[in-house]
Amino acid sequence: MKAPRFAYARPASVAEALALLAEHKDDARVLAGGQSLVPMMNFRVAAPKVLVDINRIAGLSGIKVAKNHVRIGALARHVELERSADIARHLPLVAAAMPHIAHPAIRNRGTFGGSCALADPAAELPACALALGATFIVAGKKGERRIAAADFFRGLYATALKNGELLVAAEFPLPKPGYAFAFGELARRHGDYAMVGLAAHGSVQGGKFSDMRAVFFGTGDRPLRAAQFERALDGQPAGTKAIAAALPRLDSDLSPRADLHGSAATKLHLAKVLAGRVLGQMEGVS
Amino acid sequence: MKVAAETVEISVTVNGEHVKRSVPARLNLADFLRYELELTGTHVGCEHGVCGACTVRVDGEIVRGCLMFAAQADGCKVDTIEGLSDSREIEELQSAFVLTNALQCGFCTPGILVAAQALLRDQPNPTRERIREYLSGNYCRCTGYQAIVDAIEAVAKARTARARR
Repeated sequence: MKAPRFAYARPASVAEALALLAEHKDDARVLAGGQSLVPMMNFRVAAPKVLVDINRIAGLSGIKVAKNHVRIGALARHVELERSADIARHLPLVAAAMPHIAHPAIRNRGTFGGSCALADPAAELPACALALGATFIVAGKKGERRIAAADFFRGLYATALKNGELLVAAEFPLPKPGYAFAFGELARRHGDYAMVGLAAHGSVQGGKFSDMRAVFFGTGDRPLRAAQFERALDGQPAGTKAIAAALPRLDSDLSPRADLHGSAATKLHLAKVLAGRVLGQMEGVS
Repeated sequence: MKVAAETVEISVTVNGEHVKRSVPARLNLADFLRYELELTGTHVGCEHGVCGACTVRVDGEIVRGCLMFAAQADGCKVDTIEGLSDSREIEELQSAFVLTNALQCGFCTPGILVAAQALLRDQPNPTRERIREYLSGNYCRCTGYQAIVDAIEAVAKARTARARR
């Protein structure tokens, strides 16, 4: 179908965007890349009365490397993350996730901020943000506030963003020495949303796992750290034996729901298969 | 555009020609091209970004015409299958598609040609696997893709061989 009727505004600054969001309140939605919102509108699942198109706001784009972090602008498009030498060098987990996100024509439009603000439970970038301990920067009437990724994703398509606020960027701390990453997902077709996905990051210094973050996506209402699985790995020799021994902990960490892709048991099984595979590929794991 | 409006004035360069129109905000780019400009080579299949039939180029990069509003293309340069065909940019791909029977009903073909040209621009000599992966966002329900991959691979090889000479 076609999108329902709406009024369109294209603010030139964050201040103008915030004013529009304040004026139209619940009737307004922010249009970033539009690669999820527009299909939802075409399906008539979403019918905002006003679209606030932020695509021309200078200052929301770009990837900047600072002393301790990498700042990704909300309007940085997937293709920019995919091609960025800075992302490949400093946030290789994000670089590894990019080819899994939809298809080239979608990645040319879809944005980092759009993906995080939508918070699809099977999306890759929210999981990466959580695994890497990113902080989201949100603009509102009273100025900016910072929200840790762990507090940002609140549930199914739900975030800590309040009505009238705009996500402007996220800061990813630069990984410390001795840290490794791994990313993988299982999807029925290349580019589909994951049945089960995993973004992992942690230290393998001295041949031992520590400070592990194993973030599963597509297995719950939001990206989820597998806390008991992580704890079981902590201090263990970084190898396939320790991973295999920790896998049963996923039974209590994850409680996936049955969906079109399979039963809850199937998804839990796939999560274990994926965890073994993905963590086994981490650099420094033997 | 600080005030929200249901009708938007746009100025777009389509296949090298400047056009100005007043469009409903809800009109997507693919429908704008088809109904306003009568460029019906851009096909509309699924209307939710899955099938790839509406693939066009905006400012040099391929996008889904059904997932972008015409209002958003204001000030942009849009290239459609008609433009790529008239400029002969995709002539080799078109010939290879005919030679290998890479199309049957032809519904997906414009989108696939636009996508294939973008792939070969970024990666002149892709593997078959890479071609398949790149085209994973373009559905063909007739050919089973084999011949499409053959055609794109043949063009890639011919262009690469020529570049080496």
